[in-house]
Amino acid sequence: MTSFDTIVIGGGHNGLTAATFLARSGRKVLLVEASDALGGVARGYTFHPGYACPGLAHIVNRLDPEVAAALSLDDKNDTLAPTVVLSLTGHHAVLRGGYGETIDGVSAQEAKRFRDMRSKLIFQAAILKRFLKRCPPNIGEMAFADFATLAGAGLGLLRKGREESRDFLRMLLMNVADIADEYLTDDRLKALLAFDATLGIHLGPRSPTSLLGLYYRLTGEIGGVAGAQRVAGGGGRSTVAAFETAAIHAGVTVRTGTRVERIIADRGRASAIVLASGETVEAATIVSAIHPKATFLSLTDPAEIGTGFRRAIGNIRSKGNVAKLDLALDRVPDFPGVAATDLLGRLVIARSVDHVEEAFNPAKYGQFSQDPVMEITLPSLGDPSLAPAGGCTLSALVEFAPYALADGWEKGKPAFQKIVLDSLEAYAPGLGKSIVAASLLTPVDMEESYNLPGGHWHHGELQADQLLVNRPVNAASSFSTPLKGLYLASAGSHPGGGVSGLPGLLAARQVLSERRA
Amino acid sequence: MMMHLTAVRRAQQGHILTPRLETPFHARLTALSETNDWYSWAGYKAPHSIFDTELEYFAIRSTAALFDISPMVKYRIRGADAERYLNRLTLRNVAKLSIGRVHYTAWCDDHGHVLDDGTLFRLAADDFRICCQERHLPWLLDSAAGFSVEIAEETSEIAALALQGPTSFVVLEAAGFAGVEKLKPFQLANFPHLDGTMTISRTGFTGDLGYELFIDAKQALSLWDRLWAAGTGFGLKAIGYDALNRARIEAGFIVANADFITAEAALRADRERLPDEIGLDWLVDAEKPYFNGRDAIFRARDRNTLKHVLVGLEIEGNIPAEGAIVYHRGRKEIGLVTAAIWSPLAKRNIAIASLQRPFGSRVVDDLSVEIYAMRELQYQKLMKRARVVARPFVKLDRRSANPPGRF
Repeated sequence: MTSFDTIVIGGGHNGLTAATFLARSGRKVLLVEASDALGGVARGYTFHPGYACPGLAHIVNRLDPEVAAALSLDDKNDTLAPTVVLSLTGHHAVLRGGYGETIDGVSAQEAKRFRDMRSKLIFQAAILKRFLKRCPPNIGEMAFADFATLAGAGLGLLRKGREESRDFLRMLLMNVADIADEYLTDDRLKALLAFDATLGIHLGPRSPTSLLGLYYRLTGEIGGVAGAQRVAGGGGRSTVAAFETAAIHAGVTVRTGTRVERIIADRGRASAIVLASGETVEAATIVSAIHPKATFLSLTDPAEIGTGFRRAIGNIRSKGNVAKLDLALDRVPDFPGVAATDLLGRLVIARSVDHVEEAFNPAKYGQFSQDPVMEITLPSLGDPSLAPAGGCTLSALVEFAPYALADGWEKGKPAFQKIVLDSLEAYAPGLGKSIVAASLLTPVDMEESYNLPGGHWHHGELQADQLLVNRPVNAASSFSTPLKGLYLASAGSHPGGGVSGLPGLLAARQVLSERRA
Repeated sequence: MMMHLTAVRRAQQGHILTPRLETPFHARLTALSETNDWYSWAGYKAPHSIFDTELEYFAIRSTAALFDISPMVKYRIRGADAERYLNRLTLRNVAKLSIGRVHYTAWCDDHGHVLDDGTLFRLAADDFRICCQERHLPWLLDSAAGFSVEIAEETSEIAALALQGPTSFVVLEAAGFAGVEKLKPFQLANFPHLDGTMTISRTGFTGDLGYELFIDAKQALSLWDRLWAAGTGFGLKAIGYDALNRARIEAGFIVANADFITAEAALRADRERLPDEIGLDWLVDAEKPYFNGRDAIFRARDRNTLKHVLVGLEIEGNIPAEGAIVYHRGRKEIGLVTAAIWSPLAKRNIAIASLQRPFGSRVVDDLSVEIYAMRELQYQKLMKRARVVARPFVKLDRRSANPPGRF
């Protein structure tokens, strides 16, 4: 029997990234994945015979360049997807390039105001970005490199003058609605900012700190273009396949359909995993790239971790707010006013800041939005293999659909699906008649299908109290955990969710930086 | 007519008229009390003294003393995972605690800081009682997540008495507790009382021969009367805390939030203590399964970052050094005396002190304490030499003699 020195639990993009980098550094790595396919939320799935979706994550907008290079994904020449902010009047705003470098459908003055705001936010996001690609500092035992990062961030600000520093500190924890009002007049653009800042986060645009979500979005890049995006599966290119190929090429042994039952630990050290089959696999290093709650509440014996630590893990706020709709259509839908080439991009239904805020309000009380906001892609336009000839697929991420729905999703799902379809019909008349099949995944469904406690794609709210040194919890914020030999590498760890590969990359670095025991 | 709002509120707050709870034995204690000298113990009215602290102390050491320990906080832990749960919670190895046995232990938070110390009673394979000074229900409940256990607070339901002193065994024998002679130190057994049963353990806080009795609070007075009637010929006296405190200092026992600050009570970060810093290092078991605070305790040992040490001191003269600052070479402040008495039994001036390492651990020469003796409205400052000595200050063979002596 082959022996491994490193086990990676979970074959999502972060698990694959960690496994790839560890194997490249000479580790003998075994990656185990519970489901039959790799990729986690980024893996494609068939939701109706003949119709497939490229993944729960249907937009790629923050894949780390170093990770992309490791995957041999050359994104330099990618066609960047536009964002179309839909209007019921048919006069849409279309943002092109990296997050609206140019904008169609708005006045020249408004486009300029947007550019001013965009460059301000991208500058500020770049300051924060310095912290995203390194291990959060260990409070109380700050290393020289930590001070260097802080000093670098400070100097980066000061180089632009006092005014910029003040503005950064002023804006950092503000809400996105106030910033939108400060710079813009066009409701469509304001609505887009409000939507992007709160997508996947339990905040409304007027909630304090909601701007952080937009900063996070703008730290992403494609081919060096900040804020850029492309539709997953576009050009028939599967990101997941690239992750998988890179891992295999690096020498990772992959076992799918292999559920981990528990992690064996004794007196502060993790030493092995037990599979559902009863088989025990030992390794000095275990990297868990699944939700921190799944790692510590389901796989780890409570007798092997501290009361305070387990309590902190249990208190991670991780209730998803987004539903995923997949439609199988018998023809390409018609969104009046949207150019055919722009259908290859991202369409956003959000009419105003108020629309997003009012969609959020019921979520606070365990109700779904009566007038939801959403982003839509038509993946089969970029990858015709996803639908039969002549047909089309539509994928939408819909807010707000709280995990803990007061009346339960069994009752709520048909009602919410009808609301979502009615909303779509308003922007794409006739869409309803072209529906062959519809599939709606609520956060509860995602929890079930992806072993994702709370159905939260960030593996824990991406808010100020759960960032940096407190992500997922302070005692595990350096990717290492109170159990020696056990590391975390999921989106629940720093810096957070989205298909970036960064948690996996940083976890691998942390493992390699520690001397082998 | 409408009541005034203040009057309504006051009517809803009748409890403020009797701010201290009364223990199930209060009727007997108050009838015996000559000094009427009470304090608050965990919210209960408890006696500092009953008639005379000096004589009460000598009842502990010469005859028998009855002390109401009902305010002691008591938790019941039951269930299939009770042993595993307690092993993770506390420092000592619970797997080694046999059914019908008691051990002294302590428990820590994740940082290894002591939350409390107490005694753990194994009543059955999966039935335990923990007795301690402070309340910990939230911590015990949070610790229970993932375990099949039931935690119940039973402080008010279970009345308890400490019967301590050389004649304590004969008092129990005279009271008709047949078989109590079989109890070895730290052993417990159930005995019939009226229609029900009660528990007696050979434990105590005096370093003397003694027992602790636990009973349903509703039967408390009948137990008191049974012991009181049996004790008349054996010098049985009711005592208050001041007398017990002298005995416990002689025995070298520490009291939470007197000799150390518990982690949950500490407001200042540097007041928290690891077990090794309050003389409880011997409870820490490296071989047993994981327990709360394990990593931090061993890390502090490995990195040599322990900051404090708890020591016994013998001080020249006969003035108790309570609250005195401890000095090295007469100048450098190195710690504080947390408890001190003139020990009538050891005939020594003894103290328990918390010192900053390396003083008290590596450096033990030239220590002195600064005692302020109040003499007719004038402090007299005394610098007295002090010597680190082993605890307990008093060791009594009768405490552990088997069978227990009749005297």
